[in-house]
Amino acid sequence: MMILSYDIYNIIPELFLTLSAMILLMFGAYSKNMDSKMVFKGAIGLLALTGILLLYSFNGYIGTAFSDMIKTNPFSQFLKVLILGSALGVMAISYSYAHQIKTAIFEYPVLLMLSVVGMFIMVSSNSLLSLYMGLELQSLSLYILASIRRNNALSSEAGLKYFVLGALSSGLLLFGISFIYGATGAISYDGIADFISMSLTISPGIIVGMVFMLAAIAFKISAVPFHMWAPDVYQGAPTSVTAFFATAPKIAAFGLLIQLLYGPFAQLSADWTQILYFVSAASMALGAFAGLVQSNIKRLLAYSSIGHVGYALIGLTTGLSGGLNATLTYLAIYLVMSLGMFACILKINKDEQNIESIEDYAGLSKSNPLIAYAMAIFLFSMAGIPPFAGFFGKLVIFKAAIDASLIYLAVFGVITSVVGAYYYLKIIKVMFFDEADLVLDQHKSKGSLAVISLCLLFVVFYIVSPEYLANIIQSVSSWLFVNG
Amino acid sequence: MIETLTFYLFAFILIFSAVAVISMRNPVHSVLFLILGFFNASGLFILIGAEFVAMILAIVYVGAVAVLFLFVVMMLDVRFNDLRKGAMQYVPLGLIIGAVLLAEFIYLFSGWVLPDNTNEILVSGMTNTQEIGHILYTDYVFPFQLAGLILFVAMIGAIVLTHRKRAGVLRQNIKEQVTRTKKDAIEIKKVASGTGV
Repeated sequence: MMILSYDIYNIIPELFLTLSAMILLMFGAYSKNMDSKMVFKGAIGLLALTGILLLYSFNGYIGTAFSDMIKTNPFSQFLKVLILGSALGVMAISYSYAHQIKTAIFEYPVLLMLSVVGMFIMVSSNSLLSLYMGLELQSLSLYILASIRRNNALSSEAGLKYFVLGALSSGLLLFGISFIYGATGAISYDGIADFISMSLTISPGIIVGMVFMLAAIAFKISAVPFHMWAPDVYQGAPTSVTAFFATAPKIAAFGLLIQLLYGPFAQLSADWTQILYFVSAASMALGAFAGLVQSNIKRLLAYSSIGHVGYALIGLTTGLSGGLNATLTYLAIYLVMSLGMFACILKINKDEQNIESIEDYAGLSKSNPLIAYAMAIFLFSMAGIPPFAGFFGKLVIFKAAIDASLIYLAVFGVITSVVGAYYYLKIIKVMFFDEADLVLDQHKSKGSLAVISLCLLFVVFYIVSPEYLANIIQSVSSWLFVNG
Repeated sequence: MIETLTFYLFAFILIFSAVAVISMRNPVHSVLFLILGFFNASGLFILIGAEFVAMILAIVYVGAVAVLFLFVVMMLDVRFNDLRKGAMQYVPLGLIIGAVLLAEFIYLFSGWVLPDNTNEILVSGMTNTQEIGHILYTDYVFPFQLAGLILFVAMIGAIVLTHRKRAGVLRQNIKEQVTRTKKDAIEIKKVASGTGV
């Protein structure tokens, strides 16, 4: 009998978003003239309103609610802001592209909003049960979004592949959760943490359960060796959906991972750092070397995102709060870079089709210099070349690794980032130095222009005050270590 | 004594039918063995006193899911033997991985210590159904509502991925039929005699 009406205050953004998704769905289903543009615009407005609600309650309503099912604090609010930011960005660049490939149906924004609700619950869950439910809500919406272009064979294949492998990873997660419950008798994070800190020896059941859960989460962030779905799904899904896959779900799954590792499993850091060490090194290596032979820009960005996940995991491998801050900084920068990158890719269309082959980018600097220069800056930033934001992301990560005396991992990371720089620079070479007559479709889209310019501003001017983001992250991540 | 015997009876039939599900040549037989498996699993639940879960298993899994399976298997024109052709080459690898996992789990469960609070017995004198209903809307109201939201998404997904507007299909519009008047239904033409229409 713990349900107080006050508990509602902790989930105001989630409630608001769910209700707005339902209203938009009703509007779309019952409106006669079926103009989905209104729904797309409405979704942007409602997501922005959710953002205002989130920022307004940033420091309020701290604590657990619904019998320890969820926990809100500035750390989870910060992750929610990142998730919501990428959802807003993706919505802003979606409409003109979706309209062009004739998938601008009103369910698209509704499903995207519901998946954001799932991600919100993932990052604020305080129990393995709500974690699983949030994850399923998010994944189910994403499976549908991947195959939303249902007349396209690649899109259907992407959706099916994602669904089958995602169901497998959910099975792994549940299997792990059952081990943890069987060994500790608790499903709330606090209960598990208490049990582990009070027991004299760690029972192997907890370790096995944790390994299964880590495998499932590694699948969600597409880290090696659970990455195999990423290239096919990234390539097959509509490009605007790919942009969403590359940003928001990764932040949510990382948020979940961080809260698990630094919450209930904090005592087992000696065990999970070994696993993360391997996963991180393997992801960086695969991201760098497999990317070298790709000719499709979306596949290449899939491998690039696997590599970026590897770098972000270095921070967690340290097992220290400094490394955690580095990971969060890296994720925030990665989010902006890939959002800007995808916004540029969505502008490169010919004959109502998105150009995906990198060779066809030849001559882009002549025909569309603005897009070419913006893309070049995002690529430089992804490669980690100063003075752009991506360089500072890698800098804090490698610094955290060296502080935790993970010298080999840091050196390995530098080597793979040099290898990875080759394929980023190759795209720039094709755009600027290969001659070809390229005539692009001209679609005016205020949304993608706004997204590209905001991301550019962030990437270019991050150097002015890197401390600003660092201070915010420092203050929010300290909440992870507060009990209660 | 009789309880132990019943347990082994249910458990052995369950394992047998589970093996039969994956080894039958005819997919319809597989589904029938699946139903047998569900029934035996619900028998096991009754043995541990979870009669509500047992009934749900019988009603939902046997009554709905397995029957749906049966329909799909009968209606889809898939040659399952063709699908199996390439699968045999992975058997050795699968057996090795399975054996390693089995060994690990035997090691794990031989030293398993259950924490005190996992075998709480109901003391309040309520039935299973009352107890589940009691916590479902209080302690677990949040995941319960979330489950509803997940089903909502599943419904949207089913409609998005399969609903097609077909052209050329005649539909009955009752409102249109009822509001028809004499004026827009028939037209009276005066035909002069001897000229035809």
